[in-house]
This record gives sequence, structure tokens and C-alpha cells, in this order.
Amino acid sequence: MGQIELQKVTKKFGETEVIPPLDLKIGEGEFVVFVGPSGCGKSTLLRLIAGLEDISSGTILIDGQDATNLGPAKRGLAMVFQSYALYPHMSVRKNIAFPLKMAGMDQAAIDAKVEGAAKVLNLASYLDRRPGQLSGGQRQRVAIGRAIVREPAAFLFDEPLSNLDAALRVNMRLEITELHQTLKTTMIYVTHDQVEAMTMADKIVVLQAGRIEQVGTPLELYRAPRNTFVAGFIGSPKMNLLTGAPAQEKGAATIGIRPEHLAVSKDSGDWQGKVLVAEHLGSDTFLHVATDYGQMTVRVSGEMSVGHGDSIWMTPDQAHLHRFGADGLRIA
Amino acid sequence: MARSITAKRKSINTAFAWAIGLLIFFPILWTILTSFKTEADAIAFPPKFLFFDWTLENYAVVQERSDYMRYLWNSIIIAGGSTLLGIIIAIPAAWSMAFVPSRRTKDILMWMLSTKMLPAVGVLYPMYLIFIKLGWLDSHIGLVIVLMLINLPIIIWMLYTYFKEIPGEILEAARMDGASLKSEILYVLTPMAVPGIASTVLLNVILAWNEAFWTLNLTAAKAAPLTAFIASYSSPEGLFYAKLSAASTMAIAPILIMGWFSQKQLVRGLTFGAVK
Repeated sequence: MGQIELQKVTKKFGETEVIPPLDLKIGEGEFVVFVGPSGCGKSTLLRLIAGLEDISSGTILIDGQDATNLGPAKRGLAMVFQSYALYPHMSVRKNIAFPLKMAGMDQAAIDAKVEGAAKVLNLASYLDRRPGQLSGGQRQRVAIGRAIVREPAAFLFDEPLSNLDAALRVNMRLEITELHQTLKTTMIYVTHDQVEAMTMADKIVVLQAGRIEQVGTPLELYRAPRNTFVAGFIGSPKMNLLTGAPAQEKGAATIGIRPEHLAVSKDSGDWQGKVLVAEHLGSDTFLHVATDYGQMTVRVSGEMSVGHGDSIWMTPDQAHLHRFGADGLRIA
Repeated sequence: MARSITAKRKSINTAFAWAIGLLIFFPILWTILTSFKTEADAIAFPPKFLFFDWTLENYAVVQERSDYMRYLWNSIIIAGGSTLLGIIIAIPAAWSMAFVPSRRTKDILMWMLSTKMLPAVGVLYPMYLIFIKLGWLDSHIGLVIVLMLINLPIIIWMLYTYFKEIPGEILEAARMDGASLKSEILYVLTPMAVPGIASTVLLNVILAWNEAFWTLNLTAAKAAPLTAFIASYSSPEGLFYAKLSAASTMAIAPILIMGWFSQKQLVRGLTFGAVK
């Protein structure tokens, strides 16, 4: 189980509408990522699903049941918070056992479940420590442990990795993905990091100002962004968006071309520019180029020996050129 | 640049701090010293500081003439009872103000504090009448309730400041984990706030212990606490300084000792939230 459906859900804080009417269906077992810039309402949306905030109007269905007016505990969902939100006065064992204790489960069953979760999450040797004695990654595992013992209908993750350092973040990202493959439970994951979204999601929901800009698989969003916002948000480095003459040539208000879809030459091509900064990563070279149409980014596979001030030519791959109308929407 | 403090400057500061500390402590010290003097030495001029005939006679007399233990017991019941009752009421109140504030929360807090600005004597007469009606004069229950009400604003304020420091996400996690409001307060909030609750309790016990206006006016003999015990040595006996000092010393000793051992908690409690 673990289907979640939002029907015309809105949220107002006082007079300010942070979520305009919004519809969304999340299928059973899906890994859905809400992504968007900060303040886009993704965390609020998650909290509405969790029941930590009341919706202003609309309906939330969980497994077909109306959960709109149910308290957070009654919805059968578990949440992992950005700050981990562990109980600092309890040992790891008691932290993980807390939801089971609240559910009135008997002690023997609680012990068995806690041991089980600890084994899955490599926490077995830390069970008697306090959260304060653990590293960031371990704390995050405890928070996940506390969520999985409940066997919830769905997991809600609120930017769970943003307090971790870069290396640990990559590890935990993999662990959460593996956990999803093992448990096959619905997961809703909020992040502002589009790399996390692209790597983890079955389905990405791109949000801006409380509105859903696009819903799709990572590659759908990459290949066919519905509008300029999604085009600019998904993909790293960002898609180059050009207006003016080159767009008019293609019969569009704006054209978009990803840095990896530009061929670079030192002699000839469609657009000429001067290299401002060259970033040599070994595997790739990123060039930030000043052109007549604004600054562009190019990704060259492997090493390319250019530097500041060098003149280069760029040619877009026509098959990967995105066209957008004056309203910002994609032209098919 | 870090501010550098020279050794000389430091010792001046230390001396100054000691001087102020001694100045504040002096009346208590003088009371304690006087309690060991004879009545003649107590009023001698120039005053005798340390060189007098030390005697325990005053304590013997005080002990003989009044039942210290009964006053002590009354003080314990009144201070302890009003604090306990206050805490039980204040925890949910402070919880709601810290975690589910409304638009008027700040106003309510200010309004509660403003009740402390009312001179107590202004409501003495109505209170006295109410006490007569309820049959609460000279009773433990009456004093426990009055002192609880008097100190409740301070208890709520202190707990509120403490609770504000507790991250709301932890309470939300408890809610997600299926904790009812009662379990949330009992298993998560209260244990996390133990240091804050402890210093609130300590301060409140001290305030209730030292409260003299209501305890003197609303008690006669049965429920009279140590404040009444001291007072009984001042007026009717004339000026027997040494005996009065002995009675005072006996009255303040318990709270002084308690305060001494819990200094750390108290200071932390009073300055909590001031520095992050």
C-alpha cells in the first residue's frame, strides 16, 4: 500500500496563498522527489501530506481513504527530518523503539524489530549510545531506522541529506535508493538539489511558487522540459537559454541548448565567443563563454586546452535544441 | 581583536566583585553573627564584629519558646506545594505558548507579567473575604493556592523561555511517531526540559519560601510558616536583637543551604536564553 492523491489542495498562511490548487497522484512504491528552489513550497507540501500542517482546502487521499482531517500519527506515514529530530535524551535503541512503544506494541516484539532495523542500517553496535555521541551520518541512519520500524505506507524525507558533507551525502543517497529497492515502499523526498532528484527519483515533481511546473521521470524532464523554468532547473551545468536572433531563426522566443549538446571548435561554427573561465576537471572541461547573445556554458568531454581570452566557435546539436514560445512554454 | 585584560586590571575587577558580593551578603552575615551574641553585645556600640563571648543561648531560648519544627514543616508544605501545583499548570501553558503561539500570545505573556506589578496590599481585603468564605484562613491549601497564583507568571515565563529553545521538529517527530499530546509532553518535552524545569522549581521554592506578605496576613498559628516565626520575634518582644537574629538564622538556613548547593542550576536558569 502507499498510494497518495492530492485533489485541489491549497494552503494559505494568513492571506498569503503558498500552494494554489494542486493535484498530484503518487503511485504505490514510487520514489517521488519534490524539487524546486528554496521557498517554492516543496517542504510545505510534504508537511501537508504528513499532516503537520492543515490544508486550507482540498482533499488528501491515502490508499483511497480520505486522510484530510486525520492527525499525523493516524496517516500511517513516517517522516525523516532535515535536522534528524532525534530524541536527545533517549538512547538509539529507545529512539528507534519510540513509535512502536507509542503504538502499544509489547516489549519482545519491539526489541526484535529494533534489532532488525539496526542490522539493516549498520547501527547494531551503537544501540546504547545517545544521539549526541553519533556522527551526522549515523544520526541520519537512526532517523531512518525510527521511520522503517513502523512499516509505514510511505516515507517522507524532508531534505534529509542537506546537513551532511558532500562525500557522506553521496553515500547516503545510495543507501536510501537501495533501501527503496529493498522495501519497495512509497517514498516522497524533498530536496533543492536537482542532482539528488535526478539520481534517486522514479518521478520528479518540479515546483515553483507552490505550483507544479512539470511531473515526469528524470529523463523526461531532461529531454523535454515543459517550460523555460524546468529547462533551467534540471540539468547540471544549467541549460543555456538564448533569446534574440538565434531564437528567431528557429521560430521561437527562446531556445535552449544544454552545455553537453554544443560542439566546440577553434576554427568554425555557428556562434562565436570568448572564453571567460575554463574549468578543467580532467573528465570534462567546462567553458564559460561570452557571446553576443549572453554568457553560455559548454561542456567538453575530456580535456581541452583553452584558457581565458581564447576565441572559440560553438555549434548546437539540432536534435537536442529546445524551443520555447513567448509564454515560456515548450514548442513541440 | 580580542580584548586584552591586564593582570592588574583583573585583580581590581576581582576585588571590586568581592566588595559588592560582601556588601550584599553583609546583612545576612551580621544576622548570623548577632545570633551568637548576648543581648548586651548585640546592641553594643561601637558594634562588636568577631570579638565577643560566643553563645548558643539564643538558639536554646528560641527553640524552647516556639515550635521551630512546625513552622519549618509549614514552610516546606507551602513552598513545595505551591511550586508543584504551579509547575503542573505551567508546563501545558508554556507548551502551548511556545509551540502553538497565537497572534495574542505575546500579549498574554505581558499581561501575566503585569499582574506582578499590582501591589499585593491592593487585593488583600477582597482576598481576605474570599478566604473567610472558603474557610481557607490559616490553612495549607489556601496558602498553597495563593502563592502558586502569585508565582505562576514567573514559572510560565521561565518555562516558556526554555521551551522556545527546544526545536519544534523534535515534537513534530514525536507526533509523526504516534505520540498523543500527553505522551509528547510526558516522554519528549519534559525530559528534554529537565534542566529548565529544575531551575524554575528551585527559584520558585526560594520565592515562595521567602514570601512574607500573604503568609503573614492569611495565617495565625496552624499554617504559619517560618516568615511568621521570624515576625513573632520582632514586635511583641520589643527589641531582642540576638533572639530575633537566632530566629532569622534558623528560618533562612534551609533555603540558604539549598541555594548554595544549587547555585549553578539557578544561575543557568536565570540567564538562560540571554546568550546563545
